[in-house]
Amino acid sequence: MSEKLIDSGNNAAAMAVQLAAAEVIAAYPITPQTPLTEKLSELIAAGKMDAEYVAVESEHSALGVCIGAASAGVRAFTATSSNGLLYMSEQLHWAAGSRLPLVMCVVNRGIGAPWSVWNDHQDAMSQRDAGWIQIFAKDHQEIVDMTLKAFRLAELVHIPVMVNYDGYYLSHTYMPFELPDAQTVREFLPTYDYAHTLDPEKPESLNTVTLPDARNDINGVKQPGYMDIRHNLHQEMRLALQVWEEIDADFQQRFGRGGTPILDPYRCDDADFVVVAMGTLANQFHDVVDRLRDEGLKVGVLALQIYRPFPTAIIAEALQSVKAVLVYEKGLSYGNQGALYADLKSALYPYPNRPQLHNFIVGLGGRDIGTEDLYQTLKTACLQEALGTPEQNDTPQWIGLQL
Amino acid sequence: MTTAAKTNVLNLSTEEFVHPGNRACSGCGLSILYRIGLKALGRDCIFVVPPSCLTVMQGLFPIAASQMPILNGTFASTAAIATGVRAAMKRRGKQTQVVAWAGDGGTADIGIQALSGALERNEDIIYICYDNEAYMNTGVQRSGTTPQGGLTTTTPYGKKEQGKNLPEIVAAHNPAYVATCSASYPLDFHDKLLKAKQISGLKYIHIQTPCPPGWGCEERMTVKIGKAAIDCGLFDLYEIEDGKKQLSEPSRKLLKKAKLPSVQEYLSMQTRFKALSDEQIAVMQERIDQKWADYRQEFCAE
Amino acid sequence: MPDSRFKVLTSASTSGPGDAGRTGSWRVERPIIDYSRCTPAKTGKASCHLCWLYCPDNVVSKTLEPKIDLEYCKGCGICAEECPVKAIEMVSEEQFVKGGEDE
Repeated sequence: MSEKLIDSGNNAAAMAVQLAAAEVIAAYPITPQTPLTEKLSELIAAGKMDAEYVAVESEHSALGVCIGAASAGVRAFTATSSNGLLYMSEQLHWAAGSRLPLVMCVVNRGIGAPWSVWNDHQDAMSQRDAGWIQIFAKDHQEIVDMTLKAFRLAELVHIPVMVNYDGYYLSHTYMPFELPDAQTVREFLPTYDYAHTLDPEKPESLNTVTLPDARNDINGVKQPGYMDIRHNLHQEMRLALQVWEEIDADFQQRFGRGGTPILDPYRCDDADFVVVAMGTLANQFHDVVDRLRDEGLKVGVLALQIYRPFPTAIIAEALQSVKAVLVYEKGLSYGNQGALYADLKSALYPYPNRPQLHNFIVGLGGRDIGTEDLYQTLKTACLQEALGTPEQNDTPQWIGLQL
Repeated sequence: MTTAAKTNVLNLSTEEFVHPGNRACSGCGLSILYRIGLKALGRDCIFVVPPSCLTVMQGLFPIAASQMPILNGTFASTAAIATGVRAAMKRRGKQTQVVAWAGDGGTADIGIQALSGALERNEDIIYICYDNEAYMNTGVQRSGTTPQGGLTTTTPYGKKEQGKNLPEIVAAHNPAYVATCSASYPLDFHDKLLKAKQISGLKYIHIQTPCPPGWGCEERMTVKIGKAAIDCGLFDLYEIEDGKKQLSEPSRKLLKKAKLPSVQEYLSMQTRFKALSDEQIAVMQERIDQKWADYRQEFCAE
Repeated sequence: MPDSRFKVLTSASTSGPGDAGRTGSWRVERPIIDYSRCTPAKTGKASCHLCWLYCPDNVVSKTLEPKIDLEYCKGCGICAEECPVKAIEMVSEEQFVKGGEDE
């Protein structure tokens, strides 16, 4: 039986991992992820979850343990935040190159220096090119559902998946959500099986030095070079979008929730102006959109649910004929612009009637994102009649600066 | 203390797990160890290997030079990855022995954090460090275990600092089993592995591994040099079980000798020590003499 | 298991000899065994076999008359150095070259 609960986002994630029957959990404490792994260690210690909990000495080792376990044929899970994710960076690339079906929750937090324990998306965005699938949840229900779907996705496409959710906004707040029925989850999520499971009966040497060029194996069959392996990762990461949609459809049939695996639009149907954002920020815009709609402005908000692989064609199709796209994001590529903004601009470039684009940087290191600020900046952008120079239009606006 | 099986060259298995025609340098000490070590470990093993000469020796994709399942991992995480593989074996109800096999850089330097964590958790793995006393795979740069005075490409006038005593650092974690070995005594290594396989918890084996191109000696001298290091009392073969240290035969027999050959003989077999001054050699000799005076007190009083 | 649409290309190597080619070509000196001196060959009894034990490259056989696989022997000379009866001599490969061509 499914169960209706009110609990924290971290506990929701832990319960999803328990339902997914991950067998090896390795984690290192870091705020605001810590309660998630505390909960898992408690479930395991109390005998409510049948798994090995490895209390490692670093995040680098946390993912190292998961790499070992996943390569040896067992479903593994870890979670981290902020600098912890950065400390794992090398292992992230390794897991992706090794095509390991791992799942990790990243409870998004600002990066030091200076130290900040508060929320933004700089941690995840800095690792966007690691070869991981990155999905962003907006509420507790999505944390649960996306985590379950992430295991299925990772295992079908053999690419690791990072489930992102906002530190504190979701991790430490209590919200109602439905925890799916365990038996139905078991049917949804088949038994774990890695394509190159370490096995003394069928010995393979994994991740060996690979030459630039393709090379014959001992049977004379041509095997890929490094570039072919990386091209395949890229191609199959693109193909994973389709699988993600299929999984969502199946999930919806079984559990009655879903339908917005890639884009989650709010009042976008006839919108002239569309806000694009990820995570809780997208939900925060619902009130702003309602208010501007009441004032007669055709505004909507589009939540991007999956950032890597970037749904280039899908999002470009959805936005190509609106008047303006306003990208609000909690991170940036220093010395350039918001990374999401740059991606979106590039996705829309091939379309001749592409909309105007504007970029807003908000909420770094937990700086409060005032709904009034969102309302004012969005309204101003929508009512802007004379366009500035291309450079002015393309320069991100920082919202909420105090100095 | 359990007694190791006594394998001799006649009863040593003729089953081979490493293919000829691999990429190890001619006269490689690691090759001797790997070849003989696998005979002791047998087929029901999974190896975890960080970047090292062993990575290269194992072969370039898609050909593997040994017949073992191997997980090549990142430099700093050998013991962590091995922990994960062991956890998976436990979940799958398998006894498969998990063996981490790393060099001195991968163990004493970049990998020491993960190793210390695995030691503290007393993971049920065998961790082997083949110590060729520098980063040989990248072209002979100094490592934490490079001996004082040793010439490397990053200590062009000789290393100023003393090398880390890694087996003692490991022993301070009080693991199930610590042993030192030498590439020149492959049967001693073989039998220590047989013993380690019978012990649960973390088993650490540290092997001095002569490297002709890195040490500056003729390829044919690999075994001779390793023996010389032990005969002069510089490097000792021992085991530590339940906190109790016991010298292994090649070192134990030195207790009976009134005087050991001077360290100079060992040093002069290699070009890497040619920058050592007479004073430095004298200090080194003093340290060795003191160590053996202590050993005689410790082991002969029993 | 991965979905059938996915190839999942990774670097997973399988075991085989000669990854580095015929490493015998690295050799500068060739080990030549004098069976009249070699203990197991001379006595007809399994004994010694140190050349087999210490060979880093698994190219010496554990037989009464030890055989060396010259296709892969890198010519390090450890066998010659460790042979207790000096039955193995390292001979310059030049000796085996005729008219500039390998024999």
